Amino acid sequence: MGWHGGGWLDEEAARRVDPQLLRRLLAYLAPYRAHVILALLAMLLATAATVVGPYILARAIDHYVIPGHEAWRAGDFGRAERMIAGATMVAGLYLGLQLLFWLATYGQVYLMSWAAQNAIFRLRQDLFAHIQRLSLRWFDGRPAGVVMSRVTNDIESMKELISSGMIQVIGDFFILAGIMGFMLAMNWKLALLAFITLPFCVILATTFRERVINAYRKVRQKIAEIAANLQESISGVRVTQSFVREDANLARFDRTNQENFAANMQAATLWAMFWPLVEVIGAFGTAIVIWWGGQWAMREYLAGVPWELAAVSPGVIVAFIQYIDRFFWPIRNMAMIYTEIQHATAACEKIFEIMDTEPEIKDAPGAVELGAIRGEVRFEAVTFGYEPDQPVLRQLSLVAEPGQRVALVGPTGAGKTSIINLLARFYDPQQGRILVDGVDVRTVTQHSLRRQMGIVLQDTFLFSGTVLDNIRYGRLEVGEEEVVGAARAVGAHEFIMRLPEGYRTEVQERGGKLSIGQRQLVSFARALLADPRILILDEATSSVDAYTEVLIQRALERLLEGRTSFVIAHRLSTVRSADKILVVDGGRVVEEGTHEALLAAGGVYARLYETQFKYQETEAVPADD
Amino acid sequence: MRTIARILRFAVPYWPWFLVAQVSVFLSAGLILVVPRLLRDAIDRAILGGNPRLLLAVALGVIGVAVLRGLFLFTQRYAMEWVAQKSIYDLRNALYRHLQHLSFSFYDQARTGQLMSRAMQDVETVRRLFSFGVHNLLRNFLQYAGIVVILLLTHWKLALLSMATVPLAVHAIGIFGRRIRPAFTEIQQELAELTNVLQENITGVRVVKAFAREDHEIEKFRATNWTLLEKNLVAQRLMAFYHPYMDFLAAVGTALILWYGGREVILGRMSLGTLVAFNAYLMLLLEPMRWIGMLVSLVSRAIASGQRVLEILDTRPEIEDAPDAIELKSVQGHVRLEDVWFSYPDEPDVPVLKGITIDAPPGRTIALLGATGSGKSTVIHLVPRFYDVTRGRVTVDGIDVRRVKLESLRSHIGIVLQETFLFSTTIRENIAYGRPRATDEEIVAAARAARIHDFIMSLPQGYDTVVGERGVGLSGGQKQRVAIARALLMDPRVLILDDSTSSVDTETEYLIQEALRALMKGRTTFVIAQRLSTVKNADEIVVLDQGEVVQRGRHEDLLAQPGIYREIFELQLKPQEVSEAEAEARAESEAARERGRQPVATGGRQAVRPVAGGAADRSEAPEGRDG
Repeated sequence: MGWHGGGWLDEEAARRVDPQLLRRLLAYLAPYRAHVILALLAMLLATAATVVGPYILARAIDHYVIPGHEAWRAGDFGRAERMIAGATMVAGLYLGLQLLFWLATYGQVYLMSWAAQNAIFRLRQDLFAHIQRLSLRWFDGRPAGVVMSRVTNDIESMKELISSGMIQVIGDFFILAGIMGFMLAMNWKLALLAFITLPFCVILATTFRERVINAYRKVRQKIAEIAANLQESISGVRVTQSFVREDANLARFDRTNQENFAANMQAATLWAMFWPLVEVIGAFGTAIVIWWGGQWAMREYLAGVPWELAAVSPGVIVAFIQYIDRFFWPIRNMAMIYTEIQHATAACEKIFEIMDTEPEIKDAPGAVELGAIRGEVRFEAVTFGYEPDQPVLRQLSLVAEPGQRVALVGPTGAGKTSIINLLARFYDPQQGRILVDGVDVRTVTQHSLRRQMGIVLQDTFLFSGTVLDNIRYGRLEVGEEEVVGAARAVGAHEFIMRLPEGYRTEVQERGGKLSIGQRQLVSFARALLADPRILILDEATSSVDAYTEVLIQRALERLLEGRTSFVIAHRLSTVRSADKILVVDGGRVVEEGTHEALLAAGGVYARLYETQFKYQETEAVPADD
Repeated sequence: MRTIARILRFAVPYWPWFLVAQVSVFLSAGLILVVPRLLRDAIDRAILGGNPRLLLAVALGVIGVAVLRGLFLFTQRYAMEWVAQKSIYDLRNALYRHLQHLSFSFYDQARTGQLMSRAMQDVETVRRLFSFGVHNLLRNFLQYAGIVVILLLTHWKLALLSMATVPLAVHAIGIFGRRIRPAFTEIQQELAELTNVLQENITGVRVVKAFAREDHEIEKFRATNWTLLEKNLVAQRLMAFYHPYMDFLAAVGTALILWYGGREVILGRMSLGTLVAFNAYLMLLLEPMRWIGMLVSLVSRAIASGQRVLEILDTRPEIEDAPDAIELKSVQGHVRLEDVWFSYPDEPDVPVLKGITIDAPPGRTIALLGATGSGKSTVIHLVPRFYDVTRGRVTVDGIDVRRVKLESLRSHIGIVLQETFLFSTTIRENIAYGRPRATDEEIVAAARAARIHDFIMSLPQGYDTVVGERGVGLSGGQKQRVAIARALLMDPRVLILDDSTSSVDTETEYLIQEALRALMKGRTTFVIAQRLSTVKNADEIVVLDQGEVVQRGRHEDLLAQPGIYREIFELQLKPQEVSEAEAEARAESEAARERGRQPVATGGRQAVRPVAGGAADRSEAPEGRDG
């Protein structure tokens, strides 16, 4: 039991950061390199301001505060005054540095996130645009949720990496280098002693790394399962309520939820252990500085060396302690960023995998705009299969003269749908060619081809938006009068006017409250307004009431008028009014001709007529009202 | 604030863990205050005072404090994460349970993308508040208060001076909070919008391609994508400015200490160790100040998201059990609609049903006919109480459906709707959906009766084949028969049926008819009829027009009188007369032939292959994406 994930849940294998992937990602930042470079400079400034702080403090203590105090005790008030002025100056310098830090950080974060947001915008836009160009076959194999998750979640996780992760890694590196530099410069022996703790940190980090990565991978997997479960539960909620399955579903969701809880706790436990351990290691560093450094300072003190010249002074110790404290921050960060990078790498791979998918159907390099066509269609020895080794169409040829109405009939699975899929160039044939006005469809741009082709599918899909916008979906530029004209022509005007806000009524997701018949009429108006030369129609006979049925038939007449049309026919009236009937069976056109001619021939069509169409032999379409 | 309080209520059951976490917070925050004191001793008494033994003690003290603090930190993090994860776990379950119970009217309006965005992204944001926000808030407050007290006790003048910028910080936090919250709300809204545009684009990809509107879609997406960028930048800019500003304000304190404290030490009014300790405390003070900026972001974000989550939880299911609802035990199946009026909640002035009365005695079949929008779907939705009547009442065995427990009511009603939704799980589980504990024999029996068993057996994995969005696509006719098996297995007394199938070939049509016949036998049935056989066999035909009953009676009676029925019959039903007999004969012979054939050829392979779904015959297209 359990919600079956199929192969679609986001499972990640452990992976290294692929430099090539990173380069491609960085290419998106390239147009904003000025911003990035400025951000890096700002970051350097901010880092410098941070790293210099403790050093300044040490100088203030050793050079001004302690000598000043001694001068004051010795009665040298002039010198004490100077020292006070010096300390004040250092305080001012410190303040200035902090101001610099503020502004530099502001600049860095803003510049970088500006560049990153823009890069992400472009990446997302490119991804979406690419998906738009992918062929139907690609969509056939993928649930919508998976595609969506690429464009939303995966992109979001990369945003974190680009906007803060990468620059933080660089910043942390500089901080580490800066701190080590200052420590070594101030007292290299004491610095090296303090660095004894470093290997332990490295050991700790490597021990935890794999575990943390695995733990987080599991967390992401579990959250993906939750999302999948939720998505389906929402889509199927009506069935659930009909079958009173709410509680059983909850139990099932609860299991996934609990697994998610466990995975999260595992990851959290690792973190909860890691951070304090780093702090303990840091404490050893501090202890070493206090103990060794303290003794050393005492020796210098007893030897009478002035603090300004001493190898170890109270100032040095204070600075060292502060440095060590800061030293471990980047180390902690890095462990965190590492998992982030892992996650983003996985996301990145999935995104670029899509971007690298060549659309099966794309404009040939020299593709030309197809000019206004008359509408002649010709299939020449076309062989096609959804899987190359299983041909659905075999050496199929057909001709449709301009303005001809062609009905495609045949048993289920004969290849009717494939013919219209090829004509619209949703797929390309394996052999043979398809000509429109004598031009191979593969030599013209898809856009110019489909602009002149209207396609009405069985499953009527409307976009959320107004009825108006849905009707003019193919030609957004047209005015309301033309839309109303088209709606009138197909008989959709009346019901649209009865909607609460007429043409301005918002239709919900997938057509919402409109009935199936109404949606169909809207889609007819949409096709009519697009005014195509060639019309492809998958005649739906899904249940509509008698009245709507009549409306639809009339609309159909209107729609087909004067166009070359290919209709997968289910209605006798459509078949009879066709100029040419193509009987498709076994991937070939086995018969063609008019209704009467074919009936007289007594072949496949005659048999089909007996079983499928004959019963419709009534005066189905009444006279006008 | 009310939002936060309500969200935090999810943590209340885990108060012992919370307490443990807070005690650890208290102890670890207290321990950290020890370190600067140790430092002061190291300088004043050990180094300057010439006491090497004390130096060792201080060093060991630093390690000891770190180890102890580490333990408390671990306890605190672990306990707090436990509280956070448990609360979120509960929140998710609550949300899920709630979504499962929300009425049809809610789902008429809601968009899946929007709901998903709230249930996933927004819940995650709330989780971050629990995981990081809550205990950090307290820790930082404690740490801050502790340091302030110590500073005041050590050197009150210096203390006051070092905190001179606190009012500025408070002021900044106020402004930041006020500005960042709407920014986050807008980001969440825009993200949901983007999700929605995306979802629609992907489900409607065939239309996009058919109309060659890719460029238009890309533009549409660009607009949302761009707005999202702009909203993000607004928030980023605020954070980029205010976070380091808080650091800066804290650093001003350090500078003041250097200035004034340095002077005090030189003038002998304060020891160097004290100055260093002071500075160390200020460093510790910096952390809470720095966190406050982040916390404000975190809390603001959580409020923005929390509101969106609570909005769902606050939506009362319109249909709920009455407080004194009774269990509907065994029923006869006598269903009555008495003068029923109905209008949808969003359009209360437009009555969809106007005084409908229907009496369906046990075992009888009521066929509903009428034009689109006549109200026939509404009628069948009222019986299982997917909506409540506006006036009048619906009774089962004489009991108003509003007086019985929903669960008990619906468990007696089987429903097969036109848009068949199958879940992404095995066929077995899909059939057993209403009765998860059904035995294999019962499932197979139901599948046989629904005439889908042979097809299932032809699949490579039989009943274990995974279907639905993430599995094998079934054709419309196959899905419908699975749905019929699903309803059969529930063995309901009352049946709600939409007998319309999309275009299927004659063989499938025959199989569906057979399946329906098996299903309707002996049950009270409400059926939206498209088939002649259904109408002919109905005990009463109710013809609806614009929400009113315009004709009622048996087939023969209605046919004898002029009216809508006769028109519908002529147009839609009569043509089926010839076909039905033929189809039956043909399909029977086909079925006989079928049994002899190799099983996989029956259509399993056909349906598995990904065809261009929407453009394909319904009967052969996989329809993974409806509903």
